[in-house]
Amino acid sequence: MVLSPQPGPVVVCVEGVTKQFTVRKDNTLKERVVHAGRRGRTHKQEYVAVDGVDLEIQAGTTVGLLGPNGSGKSTLLKLIGGIVSPTEGRVMTRGRMAALLELGAGFHPDLSGRENVYLNASIMGMTRAETTERFDDILDFSGIGDFIDTQVKFYSSGMFVRLAFAVAVHTDPDVLLVDEVLAVGDEAFQRKCMERIAKFRKEGRTIVLVSHSAAQVQELCDRGIVLKDGKMVFDGNVNEAVSALRDVLEGRRVGEKPPPEPVKPIEVTRIEVLGDDGERSKVVPVGARMRIRVHVRARQPMPTWATGFSIDTPMGQMVLASNTERLGIDLPAIPAGDSSMDYVIETANFGAGQYFVNANVSEVIDIDTHVLMQGARFTMKGNDRNLGTVAATITAA
Amino acid sequence: MEILDTTDRFARLAETPFKTTDAQGLSLPVRGGKFREIYDRRDLLGLLVRRDLQARYRDSVLGFLWTLIRPIVQFLMYYLVLGQFLRAAEGIPQFAIFLFAGLTIYSFFAEAVQGATSSILANAGLVKKIYLPREIFPLASVGAAGFMFLVQCVVLLSGAIIFQALPEPVEMLWFFPSVLLILVYALAFGILLSALNVYLRDVQYVTDVVMMLAMWGSPIVYSWTMVSEAFKTLGLPAWALEVYTNNPITLGVLGFRKAFWGAGTPADYPDDLLLRMLIAGIIGVVLLYISHRVFTRLQGNFAQEM
Repeated sequence: MVLSPQPGPVVVCVEGVTKQFTVRKDNTLKERVVHAGRRGRTHKQEYVAVDGVDLEIQAGTTVGLLGPNGSGKSTLLKLIGGIVSPTEGRVMTRGRMAALLELGAGFHPDLSGRENVYLNASIMGMTRAETTERFDDILDFSGIGDFIDTQVKFYSSGMFVRLAFAVAVHTDPDVLLVDEVLAVGDEAFQRKCMERIAKFRKEGRTIVLVSHSAAQVQELCDRGIVLKDGKMVFDGNVNEAVSALRDVLEGRRVGEKPPPEPVKPIEVTRIEVLGDDGERSKVVPVGARMRIRVHVRARQPMPTWATGFSIDTPMGQMVLASNTERLGIDLPAIPAGDSSMDYVIETANFGAGQYFVNANVSEVIDIDTHVLMQGARFTMKGNDRNLGTVAATITAA
Repeated sequence: MEILDTTDRFARLAETPFKTTDAQGLSLPVRGGKFREIYDRRDLLGLLVRRDLQARYRDSVLGFLWTLIRPIVQFLMYYLVLGQFLRAAEGIPQFAIFLFAGLTIYSFFAEAVQGATSSILANAGLVKKIYLPREIFPLASVGAAGFMFLVQCVVLLSGAIIFQALPEPVEMLWFFPSVLLILVYALAFGILLSALNVYLRDVQYVTDVVMMLAMWGSPIVYSWTMVSEAFKTLGLPAWALEVYTNNPITLGVLGFRKAFWGAGTPADYPDDLLLRMLIAGIIGVVLLYISHRVFTRLQGNFAQEM
């Protein structure tokens, strides 16, 4: 969703940037002298946080940086912000830049709210006159009221964060860098923050956002970039970026040892999402007929068995679920070994986005149940007329 | 969804030259580079100095008076113990002004360097989270020390007027070259040590010790003539006295004293004091340049080292 009529000029240009850290475990003179020479090397560790990234960001776009922990996304944001210099390559930026990296980083606990507003605004590059002009707006937005002349050490953490955010959004940045700070304050304030960010987008400001929340990135961003071990593995449409992120996270899960589970008499082995034509499908058009196939394996023949499935958003919110009991189906006896059963969803009216399918199976309902979480994933496509997790036909009347 | 007109912003951005950060650090597209950048942030520099001063004595009953209590107690201690008990005052007329002048300029230097050394670490929250020209933190510390220094200068001046110790008004012009000289060296050391301290935390403790020792390496509580006589008695070669005298802090102290202590004679000062100060000043500016180059190279990794 690019709102500007034409793409803006490039404001951030990252050229072949690599950032390598040397992590030293000794920080005092004594320790360095003791560990000098050959032994010193064991107290040093090289670590490549960002590895050969090329990137251009045009004015007016909102970019989400995604990736698992330690993938270098925060470091990349710091490189763009000029907080760290690259080891190789170069970062070019232009325009006024503000960072919402950690709210209240520049607050001094002993100064009053008012003094801190001036100090923090000045850190973000505003002059005294500009701050005075916007002071009332900042105060209104923060909702601090009369506490503005109290020392900030007496503020609640919510007040602290609200004041800091209020200052940050009233500076006039061309490029805003946001690092995992949007989950602050109460719900009303969070909504206010989101609205302010949406307004920033409309005003043609550029936003670079680091977030763990795929849903937040999907809501806010035009473009998604996925990092893995410091390398850029995906750059493009934000919905595809979220599924690329999912691949990265799953890929990592393969390397880890699965937790030992007690063996159940009957287990779900895998889940398939099939399109109308019976072929495996990752993308389902809105309103289509889809089929969910649950594969199970029984250790011995059983006279009865029961299954169920549910569909979740990436946030873990259930959007649809059912089971054989609810559908009033008695499944026939199952032989030992592999079997499967299908659920058919006649019209899949989910909103566009990512969904995960979970399934369970047991011999008797709710006793010794085996569950396979996120056994399959699919993307709903083709409905851009409404947002949210359901699809509906909406017309203006 | 309404679309605001973004043409103006985009046109302005398209005109703006790029700032480039590479392994060498940040380079700015404007003429004047770092000076210009810091000059543009002078509002912030002023606020940081104020923050340091405001926060220092917040919630104390005497508040700002503490700025004066510490140096005055220090002065009384040296005046009584060294001047009266050890009789250093006997050879020196107007010993009180002589001593306070030396202590005032030296404590400016010591406080500026010590404050600057820990300044980057003290502002870790900011350095790690946002881009600012980092030189601004040691500069703010030097600025805060400078403010305390000016307050002490007012006390010194009032004392000198009360005791009628002031020299000819034209002699008081020595104030400017000596303060400038001390300022250049305070900046050079402050900027260098603030960067080194991020990598090696011992630097701030070493600095404290060196500052304590350096006070005795300059004629602050004793006079320069005592040193030149002692060097003669000990039979040290002439260059030894030259080395002692050309210490920029010694030159700064001597010049500053000339401005407030009228009782001195030409014999109390080395020859060609102004020329010596000029040469020391030029060397100081070169040192300042080098220390800033080192700072620029080291600052690229500040954010990780804290």
